[in-house]
Formats: sequence, C-alpha cells, structure tokens
Amino acid sequence: MEINIQKNVLEANETEADRNRKYFNENNVFVLNMMSSPGSGKTETLCKTLTKLAPKIRVGVLVGDICTTNDADRLAVTGAKVLQINTDQFGGDCHLAAHVVEKYALELGCEDLDLLIVENIGNLVCPAEFDIGEDAKAVMLSVTEGEDKPLKYPVIFQVADIAILNKIDLLPYLDFDAGLAVENMKKVHPQIPVFEIAAKTEEGLEPWIQWLKEKVAQKIGRK
Amino acid sequence: MHEMGIAEQLAQIAIDSIPADIENPKVEIVNLRIGKMAAIVEHSLTFCFEIIVKDTPLEGARLEIDFVPVMVHCTGCDNEWEVEGPVFQCPNCKEGKVEMLSGREIQITSIELV
Repeated sequence: MEINIQKNVLEANETEADRNRKYFNENNVFVLNMMSSPGSGKTETLCKTLTKLAPKIRVGVLVGDICTTNDADRLAVTGAKVLQINTDQFGGDCHLAAHVVEKYALELGCEDLDLLIVENIGNLVCPAEFDIGEDAKAVMLSVTEGEDKPLKYPVIFQVADIAILNKIDLLPYLDFDAGLAVENMKKVHPQIPVFEIAAKTEEGLEPWIQWLKEKVAQKIGRK
Repeated sequence: MHEMGIAEQLAQIAIDSIPADIENPKVEIVNLRIGKMAAIVEHSLTFCFEIIVKDTPLEGARLEIDFVPVMVHCTGCDNEWEVEGPVFQCPNCKEGKVEMLSGREIQITSIELV
C-alpha cells in the first residue's frame, strides 16, 4: 500500500523560520545571516563594523560556535548586545537551525534593535540549507582560503545575497588571485555584490557598512 | 552532517503519515525527491536514517531517491537550462539574473507499506 505524502522535509524549520521572520518584521529589525568557513574573519569584521554603526544603529549579535564564548567576549566591547550560542547543547550542530535562532533571539530581545547579525557556525555547507528567517545572507571568503572555493561550495555562494572577500591586506604576501576569486563567485552567482575588505586594517569597509546602513534604513522605513 | 537533522524530520513525517488503523505497520520504501543542489549526501542520509528509525515502523525501510536536476531561468534573455556544474552564468547572454526553478527541494513524496 502506497501512502501519498508530498511534504517538504524541512517544513518544520521553515515554519519556525517564518515565525522568526514575523517577530523580526514586527520589530523592524534587519537580520543578516553571516556565513563562512572557520577563521575567515567574521568576528573581526563585525568588531570593526559594529563600532562604526553604534550608537546611531542599535545592533544585536547572535554568535554561533560549537564551544567557547570567545567571539561573544570580543564582540561585547563594540557596545552591541551580544549573545553566544553554543551548539553543543544541541548535539554539536554544524549550523544554526531556525528554532535555535528563535530561542536566542527572544532571549536577546529585538524590541530595541535596528540590526541583528547572526554569525553562523563556521561551515561552507550546512548553514546554506537552513532558513532562519533572515532578511539577507552574506557569505565571507578570505584570501588565505583559495580562489576556487566558490566553485567547490557553490550552494552557499548561490543562496547568498552578498559576498565579502576578507584579508585583502595579505594579498602582497600570497599567490591568491583576488580577481579570479571574484570571477568564480560571479560564475556561481552572476549578480552577487562583492565587497573586498581587510577587517584588520579597515581597508574597503566603507561600501559594506553603507550597504548595511541602507538595508537597516529600508527596514526601519517600514514603520 | 546536517543529514542527521534531515533524517529526523523525514522519519517524523513518515511515521505521522501512517494511518492509525493499520495494525503493526511496516514501511518498506520511503520515496524522496531531492534536488541535486540540496547538499544532501545520499550515503550520509541513509546512514543517519537507519540509526533514527531503529525500533519504529520504518526500521528496515529503504530510501528511494529521485534526484531532481538543477533547472534555472535567465530573467535577462528568458533562457532555461540545466546547470550541471557550479557555473550559473547564462550560456546565452552571460549577464542576466539567474533564478532557480528546481534543484534544492528535499521532499518526501510517499511511503510504501508491506
């Protein structure tokens, strides 16, 4: 006997993501899901970015890692409201699922925020599959990783709304071809805007900060 | 290894779909439609599924996967094609915005009981 089902297996996550979206929209907070491999510089980029957004833009950060509160400790000095998510409570997950984001977003409280950044677990595969109710996804690649990463991990570059190429201050010391890396990103996602930055020296940060400000203004404008 | 979470959801939907009036149900096949760009590794999913369904009506059930091709549409020149590698550039106009028509789905389509 065959029983017809026709259901999306990720339906539960998508229902939870929709609930998150509703909560974020009610509070007019722009939510960015930031994804990359471990060590590409998400936290450093946020540290430098958030100090330039405060106090005009009220920022919250949910930072996901398997273990430690190191990232939250680094981000706390920016003045942002920060909450560390350690997924070892959830089986050492390789990504943040919508229900995890919901739990922590409610604990952090989005009522007094304009921007919420969810720094996902460092991983170029799994986070791409899970909608968390965000407004936009950003994927970061650093110049110490290899120009062909977009071709090797196409899904995450396909689903992202923007890409950031970080650590360009190291280019003189490496064989990394930044032009080729951007070309590869555009092969996977032809229209993707790419911001080339060096979080450490703050080179190139301005266009990315401007992008964030515009997105936040658009969301606040909905009020 | 997000396949464990996927296997859990999949097993839950399958178990919930078994009619309550069937005595000692035993599922033989679970039919799935999975997009080629859904980042699912078949043997990882099967491995996780076997662990999850132990001591349930799904124990011993086989996953039959129909892989869905990645089909895309170029909004610039209206071209439609199947993407087989990581390159999503429109082969026709090279610059149009590309939208995905299929290839990311993870669907359970039916279960077959013994």
